[in-house]
Amino acid sequence: MTAVTLSHWVGLSFVLFTIGVVGVLVRRNLLTVLMSIELMLNAVNINLVAFSRQLGDLGGHVLAVFVIAVAAGEAAIGLALVIALYRLKSSVNLDEAAEMKG
Amino acid sequence: MDAGALFFWVFATLSVVGAAGVVTMRQPVHSAICLLATFLAVACLFVSAGAEFLAAVQILVYAGGVMVLFLFTIMLVNVRKQASERYVSRTAGAALLAGLLLLVLVGGLAVGDARRWGDSTTGTGAFPPPSAALSSVEIPATSPGAPPERITGNSQAVAWSLYRDWLLPFEVASVLLLVAMIGAVVLGKRTVEKFD
Repeated sequence: MTAVTLSHWVGLSFVLFTIGVVGVLVRRNLLTVLMSIELMLNAVNINLVAFSRQLGDLGGHVLAVFVIAVAAGEAAIGLALVIALYRLKSSVNLDEAAEMKG
Repeated sequence: MDAGALFFWVFATLSVVGAAGVVTMRQPVHSAICLLATFLAVACLFVSAGAEFLAAVQILVYAGGVMVLFLFTIMLVNVRKQASERYVSRTAGAALLAGLLLLVLVGGLAVGDARRWGDSTTGTGAFPPPSAALSSVEIPATSPGAPPERITGNSQAVAWSLYRDWLLPFEVASVLLLVAMIGAVVLGKRTVEKFD
């Protein structure tokens, strides 16, 4: 087995990101969709850290801190929306919230 | 295979298995536990890449804060009723195909590019060990004539970069978190009239 290189990290990040995308597209439970979004943000962080190590540059770490801050805010707002939707529909299934489909 | 590569493969596998569990588990609580496993595995990977501060933040913010938020919300919504509902969308096959295409086409391009680019930057293609720039920082002398000071530690280096070069984005992020907090309170508090 070859040594671990930058491309392995990029590949891992891409696998996690794709799983997140598929989760957002496939799942109908709003909570699981939000978890898949967190997965995608985490995959981006892996990429940033890997390139930071390759280049010996701290910028990637600082950007990852900002990504984590935005992810925390997004989780708080998203879960508040889940609770608001649950009050309205008594369900967190996305099929129940399809009024705008036309 | 050396210990570093073994470490990477173990925790990469763990994170991918956890991520797959998030998407496939039927109950949201099981998804949340799988997500926790992924977060912890990614934190371990961060340590191996020389990002100790980020690993700590990952565990504190994600495995601590975000996970508690998720578990509280799962408690507040009625999980038992959803067990009978459909949990995958009608277009699940197309979504899986799209994900596969994304992985093979764009992911293949990205990995190939990263390999070539990594070869060109280091010459050997090997992943360099975490360099000293990630774990130490040189502070200019406070008084004229004094030698510059050098402090070590990844947290110190990140803090130095964050509070000097990225001060404005840092302040904007704090405002963003305040707005998110107020927004979450307002959204969670207001009672919306039912309509059907």
